[in-house]
Amino acid sequence: MQENLILDIQKINKSFPGVRALKDATFSVQRGSVHGICGENGAGKSTLMKILSGVYLKDEYTGVIQFDGKELRLKENAIHEAKELGIDIVYQELALVPKMTVGENIFLGKEPTHAGRIDWSSLYSRTQEILQRYSLDINPQAVIETLSVGKQQLVEIAKACAGKTKLLILDEPTSALSEKEIKILMNTVKTLKSNGITCIYITHKLEEVFEITDTVTILRDGAVVTTKPTSEYTNETLISYMVGREMTERFPKRDPKLGDVVLRVEKFTVQDPHNPKKHSSHDATFDVRKGEIFGIAGLMGSGRTELIRALYGEYGTKLSGNVFINGKIKPIKSAQDAMKSGMFLVPEDRKTEGLILQQSILKNITIPSLDIFSSFFRIDKYKELKTAQTYAKKMAVKAPSLYVKASTLSGGNQQKVVLAKALLSDPQVLILDDPTRGIDVGAKYEIYKQMVELTNEGMSIIMISSSLEEILGMSDRIMVISEGKVITVLDSGEANQEIIMHHAVGAS
Amino acid sequence: MNSDTNKISVPSFSQIRARLKNYTMIFALLLIWIVFGFLNQNFFSARNLSNLFRQMSIIGFLAIGMVPIIVTGNIDLSVGSVTGFVSALAAYFQVYVFADMFPALLPGASPATILLFSALSTIILSLLVGYLIGCLHGYIVAYLGIPAFIVTLAGMIVFRGGVLGVTGGENVGPVNDAFKFVAQGYIPIPIGYILAIIAVALIVYQQIRRQMNRQRFGLERDSIQRILFVSLGSSLLILLYTWTMSQYRGIQNPVLILFIVATLMTYVSNNTRLGRYSYAIGGNREAAQLSGINTKKTIFYIFSLMGLMSGIAGVILAGYVGSATPLAGNQYELDTIAACVLGGTSLMGGEGTILGTLVGALITASLINGMSLMNLDIFWQYMAKGIVLVVAVYIDVLSKRGAKS
Repeated sequence: MQENLILDIQKINKSFPGVRALKDATFSVQRGSVHGICGENGAGKSTLMKILSGVYLKDEYTGVIQFDGKELRLKENAIHEAKELGIDIVYQELALVPKMTVGENIFLGKEPTHAGRIDWSSLYSRTQEILQRYSLDINPQAVIETLSVGKQQLVEIAKACAGKTKLLILDEPTSALSEKEIKILMNTVKTLKSNGITCIYITHKLEEVFEITDTVTILRDGAVVTTKPTSEYTNETLISYMVGREMTERFPKRDPKLGDVVLRVEKFTVQDPHNPKKHSSHDATFDVRKGEIFGIAGLMGSGRTELIRALYGEYGTKLSGNVFINGKIKPIKSAQDAMKSGMFLVPEDRKTEGLILQQSILKNITIPSLDIFSSFFRIDKYKELKTAQTYAKKMAVKAPSLYVKASTLSGGNQQKVVLAKALLSDPQVLILDDPTRGIDVGAKYEIYKQMVELTNEGMSIIMISSSLEEILGMSDRIMVISEGKVITVLDSGEANQEIIMHHAVGAS
Repeated sequence: MNSDTNKISVPSFSQIRARLKNYTMIFALLLIWIVFGFLNQNFFSARNLSNLFRQMSIIGFLAIGMVPIIVTGNIDLSVGSVTGFVSALAAYFQVYVFADMFPALLPGASPATILLFSALSTIILSLLVGYLIGCLHGYIVAYLGIPAFIVTLAGMIVFRGGVLGVTGGENVGPVNDAFKFVAQGYIPIPIGYILAIIAVALIVYQQIRRQMNRQRFGLERDSIQRILFVSLGSSLLILLYTWTMSQYRGIQNPVLILFIVATLMTYVSNNTRLGRYSYAIGGNREAAQLSGINTKKTIFYIFSLMGLMSGIAGVILAGYVGSATPLAGNQYELDTIAACVLGGTSLMGGEGTILGTLVGALITASLINGMSLMNLDIFWQYMAKGIVLVVAVYIDVLSKRGAKS
């Protein structure tokens, strides 16, 4: 291995059941550089980083990683070992103790001691030193939860660099930050570089790529497409490397007959509950027509899920804007209001949000619609069972009986149960948040077919998806969101992967 | 679907284990009874059994209310103090208010009429107070968003203060005979048998209707074994209980009320929206919320029901003791939670049955009863109760671990 390389990755392969997450990934990182990694959702970025930081162990993947001249073999207690070797990672979600001070957090688990007691004055003076080294204007004694999200992110970076870190991985560090906070973070990364620390910088945002990276590796479907100096890319080439692939999946044919506008959203602005300075959705305006499949595209962290959740009355604080259903204004404050207005949300994570795993398929399907089976107090269990059977059959749920617990089903079948539950409540607007994530091709196709049938019957569907193919294959119109703002609404005829990605990464 | 119900198959070991698990606590109860039966010949006397069931009835009412609370992932630590407070209030009104008020209001009425009016008013007032306290707790937990543990811990302290305030730190009593009758009285033996036969008839009718409904909706009928097991089993238990109690003085009033309330609450938890919503909230609150369930309202109702149950328990307690004491209801919350846990209610929420919990209440009551029959010191009773609780939860943990692997 050459002296000027800090990291050399050779032919890494990693599979999950049904998916090959990394295919022969090969690239190397120059010592002291800022190395960007770009790719679509699901391209394999996170998997790669989890391998480097010791979340996945040596025997869970194949291939060779050379770090700082030695082969990296992480086994038990790997996360700690990776840190000892000098690899540290800052995740999107913060991992600080909110009630403790900046100094306490930075030295957590390695507090300086004097005669068995914590040496507080040394701890805070050393914290001050570290903060100054990276020119961070933060009080070492400030309690973490009193700081803005941006400053917390910087503390996290300072914490990572307090030890002997040689390689710092930043996994989409700016997704939760306001623009001002992003500027400060960019400067900090530059300071790290001048202090000789190598950074791997994962991002979707082209602006940031061109501002701070020296080299960029592009991943697509688990494979490395190319690694080149940043100066050799343009917006267009970078995007085409990220998406350049043939449409491989099949989608059922449909012949949309669009009716009147069913749902109209006007100037919808929502405050981010995690960062009050930020809007999780900003001034969003769009409409959805009867019988339409309305796709929402956007990268992870773009605010697409948050927008939908806020419409549904279950996210953040609405600052302004209105929702109209069939031309009538609807004040929606909770999922109940939303359902009464004729919407139904199939949430992103079926296990934690969509299903009650320990309950039967039957109970899961009927829980939102028990009113239809109830007269006075009593639930008519036979009518309930019959109806649930009809819907389970319609969605082709495969299970020995409806009394089987939802936890025993495969991902695809679980999703069909959630869809059966949605259909039974008979919404005018069905909202699907990434409906085919993590399910097999066969079940995907059945879900697509069902979507076609529903729109033919006059239902409108809003579909968020991480997969551009799915968005292009199914939608009549596609709304692209980036950083909480509606960038554009495209007709499916005028859209392709490059155009969507162009808007999603904020290149326009 | 349902195709394998009539197949004759040899159950595998894990199936047997899973089936046995449902009955673990019933076996434990039988074991405890057999042990005490051997150690003391009086244990199985009609008189002692009658006392045993009467003793468990107060915790029984509280446990019935506690199951939905724990199922929704909440807890109520105040039930002991609330029961004590209601009993104190009942005794106070009996002795200081109604004893003078009704003779003045109804001049010329017979003493028996006055006793009856006084008892009825006390009962209505007690249930109302219990219910309103439950509503208050429910409102604070559900709508103000303060954790149930804190709210009901505060309630426990506040109403213990209430007990002391009402009783003035002394015993208040005696309550009148009509009021005592609710807790201490018996159903006349012939009427007891008639009620038992009506219950059996209802069970049979329910079974027939169930089979007819299943047929009407195109479902296979239950197997003969199942029908016999369910209807014969429960009918026999009812008749056996009625017969045993008839060897003494008959079915105890509070036990009959407990049976009726438990049946109603089982119906509510299985066959109404309120019941379904509670299990859904406990199973996955996020999913329940996104399914359009009004989680706050549900939790409010659940707490108000708990309050009503505490009200009933307070009436029975006051009638049973015959007066109110400053320590009335002390530590009942712990016995109640223990009964729920023994009966298979998961403190994680989402799981638990009324019937199981009553078995749990019977286990603790049997331990106490058996040990006091043997004249063991009271400290042994505390220790035994604690140990049984930990062992029961450990069995639960083991069986869950077994189910996962």
